[in-house]
Amino acid sequence: MSAEQHRVGDQPWVRRSLIGLAVSLTVILLVIPVVVIFTEALSAGWSTFSDNILDEYSLHAIGLTLLVALLTVPLNLVFGTALAWAVTRFRFPGRKLLITLIDIPFAVSPVVAGLLYLLLYGRNGWLGGWLSSHDVQLMFAWPGIVMVTVFVTCPFVARELIPLMQQQGSEEEEAGVVLGASGWRIFSKITLPNIKWALIYGVVLTNARAVGEFGAVSVVSGNVRGQTNTLPLHVELLYQDYNVAGAFAAASLLAAIAILTLIAKAIVEWRQSRIEHPAPKTGGA
Amino acid sequence: MSITIDRIKKSFGKFQALNDVSLDIPEGKLTALLGPSGSGKTTLLRIIAGLESSDSGRVLFGGDDVSNLHVRDRNIGFVFQHYALFKHLTVAQNIAFGLESLPRRSRPSKQEINERVAKLLEMIQLPQLADRYPAQLSGGQKQRVALARALATKPRILLLDEPFGALDAKVRKDLRRWLRALHDEFHFTSIFVTHDQEEALELSDQVVVMSQGQVEQVNSPTGLYARPESRFVFDFLGHVNVLSGVVKGQSLVQGNARVALPGVVNNQEAQLYLRPHEVQLAKAPVAHARLPLRIEAISLIGSEVRIELAPEGWESNEIWEVGMSHGEFACHNPTRGELWYAIPAVGHLFAGDSAQPETVDWHSTAHASAANM
Repeated sequence: MSAEQHRVGDQPWVRRSLIGLAVSLTVILLVIPVVVIFTEALSAGWSTFSDNILDEYSLHAIGLTLLVALLTVPLNLVFGTALAWAVTRFRFPGRKLLITLIDIPFAVSPVVAGLLYLLLYGRNGWLGGWLSSHDVQLMFAWPGIVMVTVFVTCPFVARELIPLMQQQGSEEEEAGVVLGASGWRIFSKITLPNIKWALIYGVVLTNARAVGEFGAVSVVSGNVRGQTNTLPLHVELLYQDYNVAGAFAAASLLAAIAILTLIAKAIVEWRQSRIEHPAPKTGGA
Repeated sequence: MSITIDRIKKSFGKFQALNDVSLDIPEGKLTALLGPSGSGKTTLLRIIAGLESSDSGRVLFGGDDVSNLHVRDRNIGFVFQHYALFKHLTVAQNIAFGLESLPRRSRPSKQEINERVAKLLEMIQLPQLADRYPAQLSGGQKQRVALARALATKPRILLLDEPFGALDAKVRKDLRRWLRALHDEFHFTSIFVTHDQEEALELSDQVVVMSQGQVEQVNSPTGLYARPESRFVFDFLGHVNVLSGVVKGQSLVQGNARVALPGVVNNQEAQLYLRPHEVQLAKAPVAHARLPLRIEAISLIGSEVRIELAPEGWESNEIWEVGMSHGEFACHNPTRGELWYAIPAVGHLFAGDSAQPETVDWHSTAHASAANM
């Protein structure tokens, strides 16, 4: 092929330098830091690593983080599905506004979200006074952490579902109802299988964010070691204590969760692409 | 089961989709709802199904008011325009869906369901595809599966929304014939929506022509084609040749063209509508008509030769079309560019502002005048 037939930007040197730039930036900005986390965590040997992980406060932080994720994910799963269903299957005034509002947690800095909750539910907040007179403490306790985490992660499931459900339309559901299926049968046999992978993808993202959330949680948690300390907060505390190996050990756990999440996401994406472009079946009899 | 539509009104925001529609659908017949897009035909079908609710009016099935009956309990078969097959279920599972949705009391056993599905697959001639998924089927196959699924619960009413709209011409013809045969065998009451006049006329026992949310005319296909009651139906059903002019001296005149109209009031505007088969071509004008036309194109494909002509010395918004048998064509051998004269045998006159046409028959008037002489 002569040089004139190349499209603009197709010259070999352009291609090579662009690929080279992308790869080296990925390595410098992403791969090296992750590798450093694990090498630093293990620099003082396995026994120090396991001591740091099995430390009483570390175990509590792990437990609290898992509890938060365990409560947040199902809550947002239900909320996201209901919201996506409402805005894609019904027409009502304010529908567009609702679709815009769902993005607020993405647009607002998590720290601001934490402060809002503190102002609202804290001891001197609008609702906090009434709550504390009824002996309910939300802020500086685990319920507060769950609340802000739910806030920060609530768009993920809905955001995954809305475009998919919009594109699929409601014809299949209408076909189901004409055939006499009950509401639950339509949801479980028609809607759910159609949105299953998007739902799982949304859950994976929600979970990743719920485990790793720092800003909003740090405002409302009060950072009480062994009480309201999640894993990301624990990393910071250990680092401030000059326990670098401990901080890296805790950080390596978070990084490991993140990597597992990415693997799960890749599997889901692979499954999805296989469903959308199924391999042709051979034979017919 | 007969269907009665009683003064149905429906609007979407400011758009009036259906404006006071009343209609009787006879039992066991195949009825077509025909109209251009936006005429309200699909909305009417969805209201009959219960997928849409009307603002006012009633829907009756065999005399029972079902306006407030949930779509789930109406026991109708519905075939969607884009099939709406459940894409994660196999063909057999799709067909079984309605049976498996029946309340436990009336639900057949697994064994019976399997037998019914096998029978339906037999009926749609696709038993070998039972375990395929919808994505692996062609358009025509999907449509058949959609029909089998709709018929599985033995509904007494079958509603079809543009059933053949998304298929290519050949498959469409096959399926049409097949649906007609199926209907003749099972005698359910069917309504199908279409914008294709040929499909409506070929397939149905009764055609309902709709326009702008209203029923324009209801008749059998032959009756509708022979006696359209409005300009809209005329224009919408098949090709029509139009001469519009002014009535002068018992004739409709425009430029070089003139057609005798005995007994029509003078000095008013009028349009004469002529179907292609109501016109013949001749080399010279006759006493009752002088319509000079020049041949623009000749189409030989089909059972009839179709000749397109342009007015010579007068004007028409659309090209004229005249049909001619292949025998006649071989005899006269008309060629492109030649000047011919159209001789109308029967015509339909819209005089002045009247919405209803008046049929003019030159055979009988010619005979009458001959007898008077």
